[in-house]
Amino acid sequence: MPQWDLANSDVILVMGSNMAENHPIAFRFVMQAKERGATVIHADPRFTRTSALCDIYAPVRAGSDIAFLGGIIRYILEKDLWFKEYALHYTNIATIIDERYQGPDELDGLFSGWDEEGKRYTYESWQYEGMTVPSSLAEHYIDTTESFNDETKRLSEGPPPQDMTLQHPNCVYQIMRRHYAGYTPEMVEKVTGCPAETFLKICEALTKNSGPDRTGAICYAVGWTHHSTGVQMIRAAAIIQALLGNVGRPGGGILALRGHTSIQGSTDIPTLYDMLPGYLPQPHAFKPHETFKDFLEMEQTPTGWWANFPKYAVSLLRAWYGDAATPENDWGFDWLPKIIGDHSQLPMTVAMRDGVIRGLFLMGQNPVVGSSNSHMVQRGLANLEWLVVRDFAETESATFWYQGHQVRNGEVRPEDIKTEVFLMPASLAGEKAGTFTNTHRLIQWHDRVVDGPGDSRSELWFVHHLAKRLKALYAESDRPQDEPLKNLTWDYSEDDVMGEPSADDVLKEINGYTWPERKQVGDYQDLKDDGSTACGCWIYSGVYPAEAHNQSRSRCPDGPDGPGTHLGWAFAWPSNRRTLVNRASADPDGKPWSERKKLMWWNAEKGHWDGHDKPDFPRTKSPDFKPDWDSQPQGMDAIGGADPYIMIADGKASLFVPSGLKDGPLPTHYEPVEAPIRNPMYKVQGNPTAKRWEHWDNPLHDPGSPDYPYALTTYRLTEHHSGGTPTRSVPTTAELQPEGFAEISYELAEELGIKNLDWVVLTTARGEIETRALLTHRLRPFHYDGRIIHQIGLPWHFGWKGYATGDIANVLTALIGDPNTSMHENKALTCNLRRGRLGKGH
Amino acid sequence: MRKPTRRRSLLDRIKSFGKEWSLPRQLQGQSHVDKAAESSMSRSLRPRLEEADSVGTSICPYCAVGCSQLVYAKDGKVIHVEGDPRSPINQGTLCPKGAATFGLLTSPRRIDKVLYRRPGGTEWEVKPLDWAMDRIAFLTKRTRDESFVRRLPDGTLVNHTLALASLGGATLDNEENYAIKKLFSGGLGMVWIENQARV
Repeated sequence: MPQWDLANSDVILVMGSNMAENHPIAFRFVMQAKERGATVIHADPRFTRTSALCDIYAPVRAGSDIAFLGGIIRYILEKDLWFKEYALHYTNIATIIDERYQGPDELDGLFSGWDEEGKRYTYESWQYEGMTVPSSLAEHYIDTTESFNDETKRLSEGPPPQDMTLQHPNCVYQIMRRHYAGYTPEMVEKVTGCPAETFLKICEALTKNSGPDRTGAICYAVGWTHHSTGVQMIRAAAIIQALLGNVGRPGGGILALRGHTSIQGSTDIPTLYDMLPGYLPQPHAFKPHETFKDFLEMEQTPTGWWANFPKYAVSLLRAWYGDAATPENDWGFDWLPKIIGDHSQLPMTVAMRDGVIRGLFLMGQNPVVGSSNSHMVQRGLANLEWLVVRDFAETESATFWYQGHQVRNGEVRPEDIKTEVFLMPASLAGEKAGTFTNTHRLIQWHDRVVDGPGDSRSELWFVHHLAKRLKALYAESDRPQDEPLKNLTWDYSEDDVMGEPSADDVLKEINGYTWPERKQVGDYQDLKDDGSTACGCWIYSGVYPAEAHNQSRSRCPDGPDGPGTHLGWAFAWPSNRRTLVNRASADPDGKPWSERKKLMWWNAEKGHWDGHDKPDFPRTKSPDFKPDWDSQPQGMDAIGGADPYIMIADGKASLFVPSGLKDGPLPTHYEPVEAPIRNPMYKVQGNPTAKRWEHWDNPLHDPGSPDYPYALTTYRLTEHHSGGTPTRSVPTTAELQPEGFAEISYELAEELGIKNLDWVVLTTARGEIETRALLTHRLRPFHYDGRIIHQIGLPWHFGWKGYATGDIANVLTALIGDPNTSMHENKALTCNLRRGRLGKGH
Repeated sequence: MRKPTRRRSLLDRIKSFGKEWSLPRQLQGQSHVDKAAESSMSRSLRPRLEEADSVGTSICPYCAVGCSQLVYAKDGKVIHVEGDPRSPINQGTLCPKGAATFGLLTSPRRIDKVLYRRPGGTEWEVKPLDWAMDRIAFLTKRTRDESFVRRLPDGTLVNHTLALASLGGATLDNEENYAIKKLFSGGLGMVWIENQARV
């Protein structure tokens, strides 16, 4: 949902986010909603400024979010307060699941299909009865014993099996009731520490403010993603919103508050290992991706929008390899490197540490401060042959060889570190032109107003000139392995004496054009699978729809009397749609659910969808359209006129997810990998599929370990940004937050004899840091089973460079990952604490 | 430039009293929020951006809210950054980080030359940009050539190198991310390509 749409919400739950401090400008819309009468709720381990501005604050122990959200789901189902017309038609609540399915309520924490040896699930028993459903994520293919392709083809043979009376014992509704039966208000209080009374007030506020006339929103940030169960926390929120009919409607939705200016863009056009631009999967050596034909067959879903997959894949290969991509050579598919496992950031640390990686480019990232297990990162950097750091100032990652922990404590001398290091000055926004994509998919252009100082250059300049040099170095090669580089299209024009490549040219390629005429395509619906179009990222098509029309530069907001969708302000992917799934803002017949929450509606006279937004649905598909199952419909022909979730193979929101999740079809409470207590709900302690990198340099704590008795959670400050370089190097922000600290409750401080501003040492099996104690009532201990669980809060921005310094929080953290995303668990760890300082040389 | 202010004598103060003091003017009907709030001092104050010879639209480089900014420059130097009042996101406002953008662009800690540390070296050396680019291209090729795998032992075609890695992207432009992915993955066969999305 667009951030400004929060002002239209009637209830807002902020959870896993300290929005007032970390996204203050977006929080204005929450305050506007509050002024209009909305109820605003904050659930968090810390009482922050967000809590202070809310109507209801719920204290929640770090890592217990699914118990809390599962409790809300139970409340909605048991009290029968879900939005029936919406959920019955627009979600898979009535769908019947395979009879072999068993849930954690029956298997004490595990789902059916558990493979103890491989520590993984097989997914057969999670499927729809008689039908295998591909994932709607980048990775559509899932591992099944039968041929995946034959299995998924059954999606074209008829609608998914449903029981609209919801009586079938294996329909999703009945499965969810059983799954969440144990998540009672009393259990919520026990597991999360939130008083049952507060919890029930929140349930009431959420359900009272949802329905045809009212909508609610949920805002989250890394407070959810930084867990070994992070994806399932967000899933739990999605279930709540789908049950309450809060998706695709004004003031309804889930807003991910992301942390970097173009972190959305760098996910869409991924500098990530597992995806190609536009959420196409990177080919995998151990999946049936041997030939392009295999790849398409496995990744193309027979029904829903992803049936268009081949058009996007062929157009991307055409954009990258130009005329060298031919039907005969599979459009150059073999030139794409295949991945062989998890190549994400946490295993990257291990691969550096163990000498697999020999050369590293760091472009605007500072892993010595920002990555888990900083000591291991620093040892990894010292083990490289060469390192290129591109940033605007000296970073910790560029200076590990003379100021790093191992140098200071005498573990290693700079003379013994063989890494060849380049620190190159980088240009910043304002000094280069290009686009950022914000957290609600808005692609906004920024101008080049001045040049960066001295030899500062943009990353585009760096990559462009590196590409030109490498192409020259490989020009004479006739080895097959060098063909991709030689064939890579690289003809961007250079603007000026500095040789700055044209960002305009690159954006035009991202948008896509016809081949070979290079006439801009207007929309991704113009893309073809026959090589006649080239497109760098299909979901961005339309951002540069004509030769002299860069829509990301458009700056025409709606006036005060306008609809408030601001279609003239920049470009939102896809096709400038501001609210995804907005077909769901109308009822199954195509009429708005209410006048108050009107967004899109079916115009029967003209035969198309009308409204304040661009329809996220085929424009002329009538609400009464029914697939003709006798003809084995493919793609969108298999999606009915009242199925708004077009990216999902059956067009319905997945309350129950048959494919695409490694850790189960329904969110389940597990304790963090490092937890101060045993799991009160199941025998299974932590997420059984969580990623753990076993390495002597990455030791983990046992649950309930007496050596590390305190819960540790990390967080961010208003005045600093992530790894800290862009704010610790700025005098004003450094002055506002000049040094590191740890927030400690008065209760714990008294137990340990710590006074305000005392030096304290925090310890984990990974390392020790020293910092100042900040005693506070904002963090309160939780009571569990007659025990007191103390929590310590630690901002993680600090390092040894810049004006504002402090020890590195990530020295304490570990390589632990969510099984779906490989995201770390730095929001919920355990540690020890003592008064005092570390010795010299620290 | 603002002129240095001369210390005023008692007589000056008395003379300016009627002219400068707000209250008599308010009593004459001037508004306390504009006309009557003026003084000779406030009239001489000029906004920094008035001196600008160029202005451009920018987007805040910190978090992902996507606030619009106006960047004002004079003689090729940034002199002022403020929120763009047209934006439906920030409507002219900026948070403490966004307001620090001017300080970021003009930070005294910025480097303007390539700094190079040779293997086993104990200090930085300043190097020409061209030299560094040539050297990095050479190292990239050498590492790639020494580590490139066409096929796994079982014959599976992989066409990749595990010895080169790239980290970063969430602070960069879409065009830059595209170029990185295209060259590093599509051209060089790198698979260790990651950014802050998982941090």
